[in-house]
Amino acid sequence: MSAATSRTYGILAEFETPADVMHAAEQVRDAGYKKWDVHTPFPVHGMDQAMGLKNSVVGYFTFVGGATGLTLGMSMIWFMNKFDYAIVVGGKPLFSPLYAFPVSYELTILLGAFATLFGMFALNRLPRLHHPLLKHPRFRGATHDKFYIVIECVDSNYSGVETKALLEKAGGKHIEMVEE
Amino acid sequence: MDATADRMAVKVAAPPAELEREPLVLKHRSLAWVSDTVAGIAEGKTPTWWWAAFVPSFLGMLMCFLMIGYLFSTGIGVWGLNNPVGWAWDITNFVFWIGIGHAGTLISAVLFLLRQKWRTSINRSAEAMTLFAVVCAMIFPAIHVGRVWLAWWLFPLPNSNGIWPQFRSPLLWDVFAVSTYGTVSLLFWYVGLIPDLATMRDRAKSAVRKFCYGFFALGWTGSNRHWRNYEKAYLLLAGLSTPLVLSVHSIVSFDFAVSQVPGWHTTIFPPYFVAGAIFSGFGMVLTLLIPLRTLCKLEDVITVRHVELMGKVILATGSIVGYAYGMEFFIAWYGGNPYELYAFKNRAFGPYWWAYWTMISCNVISPQLFWFKKIRTNIVAVFILSIFVNIGMWFERFVIIVTSLHRDYLPSNWGYFKPTIVDILTFVGSFGLFLTLFLLFIRFLPLIAISEVKGVTPLADPHHPLGGSKGGHH
Repeated sequence: MSAATSRTYGILAEFETPADVMHAAEQVRDAGYKKWDVHTPFPVHGMDQAMGLKNSVVGYFTFVGGATGLTLGMSMIWFMNKFDYAIVVGGKPLFSPLYAFPVSYELTILLGAFATLFGMFALNRLPRLHHPLLKHPRFRGATHDKFYIVIECVDSNYSGVETKALLEKAGGKHIEMVEE
Repeated sequence: MDATADRMAVKVAAPPAELEREPLVLKHRSLAWVSDTVAGIAEGKTPTWWWAAFVPSFLGMLMCFLMIGYLFSTGIGVWGLNNPVGWAWDITNFVFWIGIGHAGTLISAVLFLLRQKWRTSINRSAEAMTLFAVVCAMIFPAIHVGRVWLAWWLFPLPNSNGIWPQFRSPLLWDVFAVSTYGTVSLLFWYVGLIPDLATMRDRAKSAVRKFCYGFFALGWTGSNRHWRNYEKAYLLLAGLSTPLVLSVHSIVSFDFAVSQVPGWHTTIFPPYFVAGAIFSGFGMVLTLLIPLRTLCKLEDVITVRHVELMGKVILATGSIVGYAYGMEFFIAWYGGNPYELYAFKNRAFGPYWWAYWTMISCNVISPQLFWFKKIRTNIVAVFILSIFVNIGMWFERFVIIVTSLHRDYLPSNWGYFKPTIVDILTFVGSFGLFLTLFLLFIRFLPLIAISEVKGVTPLADPHHPLGGSKGGHH
């Protein structure tokens, strides 16, 4: 194993089970690290707490998207069927929120869904096709059946010896450095 | 596996035998087994059965396109449509295909919100089925307009006439409902695929596969900071898809219910159409997955319990549909409108009696066999009954559309619709299109949600001995 250099991204520790990685994550959290992450093949329930993470804010994106869709639908129909080219059908009102509802409702869902998806991408900083971890040969297990903790070198608490000792004590195997 | 076996030896207080459920993944398979088995289907040599299914499907798809080309070059007269039956197989096929899609969304969204963990083995393929069914469904209303080159007038785009679409029409609501449904289903399906595409990327041997899966996996690393937003987004998309799926078939039913035609103008249509759509969709899911679980050796993931649960959904929705058929007759009599009553008598005993009774036998009578556990757990019986559901639901739409139109108010207007060979071949060909897309999906993408199936095994539970828990509380 090489020591940390300026070209080092972080330190990687492997775990066999979700319980092991969760207990280790609690110890990393309690040691005060900020720039670190747990990588698992599926979402492990309780991990957000173990990492000390708050609730996700994707919902705000969904709300803004949905509200935009509803407003857009209603104003589009008002503009098209009442304002720009009034179409009289069966003596009915030129605009009513009732007949405009189905289309506005669909647009609420459509824009809400797009906002959810792109909001999630923005919060996760995805797509990011070239990540240092993806070049690491052991890391392939993260989408298969292994669990990892990665602590980045830029974390203010990071120190080559102590961080490695912490991960070893927490039960991490194959502790290796990840190059940038 | 040794480590797993060691951990299994840890004694835990097991629930009493009668409360124990059959596990979702049989034979205590490991996490690695799940990715190896599911991803393995899309890797390696193409099996012979795949080609045997793909070649006829592909030819069927070409036939469908050929028929559509003939329709475009000649005109709507190549179909059997004429006054008084101006909608027949085209709209029947549209409603049939869009209805099939609904089971995919029900499985992926509604069962997700209801925390039904068994959905994980079937949701990916059911969602793919939804997408491909929507593709087939969109073809029919698009080609039935006659002058297809003007179909873009359906969209709110500025044109040289300076005129806009008329938003009071349920037909226009349908354009928005179906296109939103197709788009949101695609987004939902893709979000679910991202972690599994990353699995495929990390297993890929060739540079081309690595690039393609890697490109669409967007650099997914399984980071828990990402999972946190991902799971919230997935939950929100499920929450958006649930009212969407209910609205889509309600709006499809408005195409009929908002009109004045006896036999169409009924308020029961929206819930009855939604129940029928879920019924037909589960029929198609079973028709596709029962052969697939054997051909792909997935019996431990798509278990008999899954098949049985789907049988129960078919029984429930089939009974709702049967109730709706009865209630329509009751209201036709109770409402005191002679035209309405005649339309319903004519359905059951008029010239299309054969279609009506085919519908009743397939949709109301045969699903009642699912009351028996012996039948629900008999794979061959379920497969045969699922095909009856498909047939019955096509006939339901045919009965609603054609029998209501062929005899309206004036007897001098009455007629009898017969399909032409072009009608028939276009519909048969649409199955070719559907199966071609589905087979390509099986060959190139993981047909079971790998990460989700892993997540419902005890190995994924940090509080379970198999998940590594030592019994202590933390």
